[in-house]
Amino acid sequence: MSYTPLSRNQIAWRAAQDLEDGMIVNLGLGMPVLCANYRPEGREVLLQSENGVLGVGPVAQGEEADRDLTDAGSQLITLIPGASVFSSAESFAMIRGGHIDVTLLGGFEVASNGDLANWDADMPGKGPLIGGAMDLAVGAREVRIMMQHTTKAGGPRLLEKCRYKLTAPACVNRVYTDLAVVEVTLTGFLVREVLKGLSREELQAKTGAMLKFADDCGVLKPPAL
Amino acid sequence: MIDKRVSSVEEALAGLGDGAAVMFGGFGGAGLAVNLIRALAALPAKDLTVISNSVRFLEDYGPALFEQKRVKHAVASAARSRGSASGISELQLQDGTLTLDISPQGSFAERIRAGGAGIPAFYTPTSVGTPVAEGKEHREFGGKMCVLETALTADFTLMRAERADRYGNLSFRGTQMNFGKEMAAAAKCTVVEVTQILDDLLPTAEIHVPGAYVQRVIQLADGRDV
Repeated sequence: MSYTPLSRNQIAWRAAQDLEDGMIVNLGLGMPVLCANYRPEGREVLLQSENGVLGVGPVAQGEEADRDLTDAGSQLITLIPGASVFSSAESFAMIRGGHIDVTLLGGFEVASNGDLANWDADMPGKGPLIGGAMDLAVGAREVRIMMQHTTKAGGPRLLEKCRYKLTAPACVNRVYTDLAVVEVTLTGFLVREVLKGLSREELQAKTGAMLKFADDCGVLKPPAL
Repeated sequence: MIDKRVSSVEEALAGLGDGAAVMFGGFGGAGLAVNLIRALAALPAKDLTVISNSVRFLEDYGPALFEQKRVKHAVASAARSRGSASGISELQLQDGTLTLDISPQGSFAERIRAGGAGIPAFYTPTSVGTPVAEGKEHREFGGKMCVLETALTADFTLMRAERADRYGNLSFRGTQMNFGKEMAAAAKCTVVEVTQILDDLLPTAEIHVPGAYVQRVIQLADGRDV
């Protein structure tokens, strides 16, 4: 059988389906912010941005764009009714204090014990950039990672042990990739969904740690986006 | 009579000399004191310590600070220049003329809050188990391992708000507040550029930063071009 890996938008769609009514969610830079476009209808999900916003609205269009109103990715945003704005110190108190239900973050590598590496990929000549990832990984009640299942060269990014510098140890609960939805459990990776047309053996071959498959393991099949 | 208004950038930065530690408010350009950064870059002050969430914005508006190697130490959560080639601050990091204290953004913000609040240090779980925590004092609280982070203070804070009054009260718009609110309290001399200084005093409910934390306010148009 043949298969087509999920696009970035499709990974975002899949991750967004698991956001529940009433949740406060922080979306990381890159792929995670795309989830805002795919929140299921009828669910109120409040988006927090670590530069100090609770109630981030859609990206600003045309004349509504205001250079003094940005999200953590420096995109010009709008606010929803009922949004609040506060300082960075308060924003991270909110994050560290356990008031964020879910953070969706990008990742370079995730280990089978939940270790996360997503801040330093040893870029030659470039300085370090931590940003808010370490605080979010430690403080959010659930940490969900969105990333490609393998590197550009085809090497695994779900591993026994991360090779890059850690963002936080044992913090990841779930990983959405272009090939699968994987839970991190006390006994390692547990696959919840496998991409349509991809065999379990093929998925295992693209993974650097042992995979277990849930009894009710489903098919990952997003709409065309 | 209390009057913190100044009318020139020279007055605004008076006393900022060699060896000063300077905090910079701003995130994504909001709350960034572009005019004051340009004015600082035009001064001769050297051996500076800069405390800014991201070093990149200082490069954008005050490149001379790095080109002339006048910054010797940076405290930041992001020290990556634009583009894939090394920027001027990254070259300084490589040749060792600039040292860096890199903090997770939440620890960075809390270190500043602590500095302004008279708390010399605090424990946080953030960064435990990562290279950033190496060499820092560790202690367990309630089964959770934490690292000791020290407070940050400065000689000057340079930041932007929307409105001010002669008491030094500040009001922000949008997401301008970010690091500025706590940086105002953490510096001996906080200088704020604003779009408007009111003739009257700000209405109480609109004051985001009490004037006690602010020493100088100057009315200057938004200077951003990036």
